[in-house]
Amino acid sequence: MSMPFYVSPEQVMADKAEFARKGIARGKSIVALEHQGGVLMMAENATSLSKVGEIYDRIAFCGVGKFSEFDQLRKIGVRFADTKGYAYSREDVAGKALANSYSQVMGEVFTRENKPLEVELIVAEVGDDRYEDHKNNSLYRIKYDGFISDHSGFCAIGGNVEDVESVLRNDYREGMPAGETAKLARRALTAGTEGSSELGSDSLEVCLLDRARTGRKFCRLSSDEVQSILDS
Amino acid sequence: MPFRGLYQGSSFFELLQTDQRHLLPDLSAWGESAVAMVPHGTTVLAFRCGDGVLVAGDRLATAGHSVASRDVVKVFETDPYSVMAISGAAGPCIEMARILSVELEHYEKIEGEGLELEGKANKLSQMIRANLPAAMQGLAVVPLFAGFDTRRKKGRLWKFDITGGRYEESEFDATGSGGLYARESLKHGWAADLDRATAIRTAVAALTAAADEDRATGGVDLERGIYPIIKLCTSSGHSDASEGEIAAVYRSILEARSAGGNL
Repeated sequence: MSMPFYVSPEQVMADKAEFARKGIARGKSIVALEHQGGVLMMAENATSLSKVGEIYDRIAFCGVGKFSEFDQLRKIGVRFADTKGYAYSREDVAGKALANSYSQVMGEVFTRENKPLEVELIVAEVGDDRYEDHKNNSLYRIKYDGFISDHSGFCAIGGNVEDVESVLRNDYREGMPAGETAKLARRALTAGTEGSSELGSDSLEVCLLDRARTGRKFCRLSSDEVQSILDS
Repeated sequence: MPFRGLYQGSSFFELLQTDQRHLLPDLSAWGESAVAMVPHGTTVLAFRCGDGVLVAGDRLATAGHSVASRDVVKVFETDPYSVMAISGAAGPCIEMARILSVELEHYEKIEGEGLELEGKANKLSQMIRANLPAAMQGLAVVPLFAGFDTRRKKGRLWKFDITGGRYEESEFDATGSGGLYARESLKHGWAADLDRATAIRTAVAALTAAADEDRATGGVDLERGIYPIIKLCTSSGHSDASEGEIAAVYRSILEARSAGGNL
């Protein structure tokens, strides 16, 4: 009778992490930045399949890695938020609870399943000026193993994230206007690509959480609008 | 609240039916006796005007022969280009309007694209059909649904029956206990090319006529400052008739009446 191979738990986890990291590294990057009027999210994405999406009034979702997996997580988030908002009130839907739930689910899949999720997420929430305790924006990053961290100012996920982050670390300033943030975001994403030419508006997916809007604060910019915010 | 449920589709109503049954109102077990105790909405109307629609409703809710509320809202914006007006048992009606508005937003977020106006009306008819057991006990939901069709560039409106039957109206309609009288008034006042001011006047006149003949309909209450809700929905989205506009129109109707004229 042959004995099954013994593999230590450390080795199993390391292998899974390696597998997930490889999957994510193949993809492109996304950045989310706070600015004067809210939060700007920019993804390098020339396809019509979105990586940035609306979850609720003040909450947006960004995902990198395997599309089918993060899009499924986005839909779970929309269902969770809409059910919560219906059962309680619209103000009771918070980014932190959603980010925590994502972290739980992704952590559970990482330990229990053979194949971990090959995705990384950002949950962005814009502040609400009407409520004293909800004035600040929040950015949460959730990794493939469920590791969650909160960020102030900016947050980046995806393939070449070190190069992207180093540009943001050097040049990001608090309270920048939206136009400047968009230019910085493009510069950061360009640093993460292999080519040296700047990314054009056609290969960028840009969404905003706009503080000035009432109700649903999420908006997706068309290619022309992306060009005009980059030119402003 | 579970984070991951079984439901995988894009309808919020079906999501509740599958994973959150307890959040849906289940009124089918109620006896006939409940009908007299539950507040009922009375008169709502809708008609096409200009490139869109106008939807209006009085503010009175009755329970049996008593006033349940003088300032209930029966006209709801379900999304930026559609409006739902309710008459019938107020509780299930208002809940249905709430679910529909979450439904439309939910679909748009999951699919990345909103429903067609006709699709929205169809969805509402399925929800009314699901309420049929309660409707048979007397807790009927009889809404009007109207909006601006962004693809066909025109206003459209639908009425429904308690079985979910959906009928498109090309001109106007009114439902509720005073609906008959409102329809009679609209028959005289309505035209295809009403401008905003005339449309508001026509709506106030119809609600006043309904309040005159039907004791359960509220009309304009100048003493308490309670005005009907009048919403217009056109290519540029929603706009409400202001209380000032409605009061001015109503006063001119009263003047005409006390001078011996008709409405």
